[in-house]
Amino acid sequence: MLHDMKAEDINGEFTEVTLDLYGGLSRKILYTEVETPYPDGKLIVSTTDKEGVITHVNRSFVEMSGYEEEELLGAPHSILRHPDMPPAAFKDLWDTVNKGEKWQGFVKNLRKDGGYYWVKATVIPNVRDDEVVGYTSVRRKPSRTKVEECIKLYPTLF
Amino acid sequence: MSYQFTVSPDFTPDHLSGWYIFNTWLQKQTDNAIHLEMYNDFHDQREAIKKDNVDLIYANPFDAAMLVRERGFKPLVKAAGLSDEAIIAVNVDNQVEDVAHLNSGIKVAVTEDPDVHMMGMIMLEPGDLDASNVEIIQSDTYVLVAKHLLKNEADVGIFLAESFDDLSNMIKKQLRILVRSQISVIHHSLMIGPKLLDQRENIQNTLMQMTGDEKGKGVLESLGFTHWENVDDEEMEFMIDLMDTLTM
Repeated sequence: MLHDMKAEDINGEFTEVTLDLYGGLSRKILYTEVETPYPDGKLIVSTTDKEGVITHVNRSFVEMSGYEEEELLGAPHSILRHPDMPPAAFKDLWDTVNKGEKWQGFVKNLRKDGGYYWVKATVIPNVRDDEVVGYTSVRRKPSRTKVEECIKLYPTLF
Repeated sequence: MSYQFTVSPDFTPDHLSGWYIFNTWLQKQTDNAIHLEMYNDFHDQREAIKKDNVDLIYANPFDAAMLVRERGFKPLVKAAGLSDEAIIAVNVDNQVEDVAHLNSGIKVAVTEDPDVHMMGMIMLEPGDLDASNVEIIQSDTYVLVAKHLLKNEADVGIFLAESFDDLSNMIKKQLRILVRSQISVIHHSLMIGPKLLDQRENIQNTLMQMTGDEKGKGVLESLGFTHWENVDDEEMEFMIDLMDTLTM
């Protein structure tokens, strides 16, 4: 399940938009300009099923997203989708992993409190007995130079 | 029939005798003839694996994918509470406070340990550093990595966290940690090869019951472990997938 964001969860002044998400979903997004720095030395790890529904998250995922684990399990991974991320990036992600290949890119993720955090993400298909059963996504701390490049590039991809 | 057991060459030297004690104990418990072969380095060990000489291995996580997917190995157990973590450290006089402030061209002292090297290089990425713009100084041990830092022959050192913590206080006082990984899910595992697979359940049960008798407990202590934890196929696949994302 994916719920609209609620004003009472948001930390600070926010902007409201409605986002069309993968799989025909749409969601009311409330977002702020507050950045949470990526913590040194940690990896954010999650797995999803083939449809992109979250089946596992680690502690760092919970801490950085601002959601409780129970809110994340069973939700589509697009719960993290920030309106500043161009749809083309996610199309590229799905096109790549659907071919059975690894995808890597820099992603601005949305927190429950409306803030954001940048990650370097790698997604790979989980192959069991020659069949793709889901996907593992591992996020690590990105270089600031790469993030600055994305901040300039992404608005041109809409 | 005789089987060969080997241990990832990054084992702590203090536990060398422990592995021989463990091997003797395992032979008696499982009624197998098992020869413990300690290889000098990862290259020699991988060659032996490729020649199908290895039947049982305490494996570095970096080699897990190759063992499972190319050589038909299966996981048995891991040491409870132990995961492989890495540390990036500098000389205490180094003014750098953050990896992001390190410059390209720096000298990085490392050992051959493949998983620690990989985790360390990932922790240098926020500083726009990678294999193409740093100079790697290979060292045989973590004490030598520390010495390179103390003598200012290297700018940063990549350590296995456990080995860094085991350095003498005198050395540690002269070093400063920039980053310590908190990954938690990358670990060494005891794994079993195709020739022993029919004994997998039996060996796994024997290992899980080690704490049940005084002798077994003593053997674990000599390895620096409290007890083993079961590793099932899916946990191993999960770690392999995770390692796969990190080698990109």
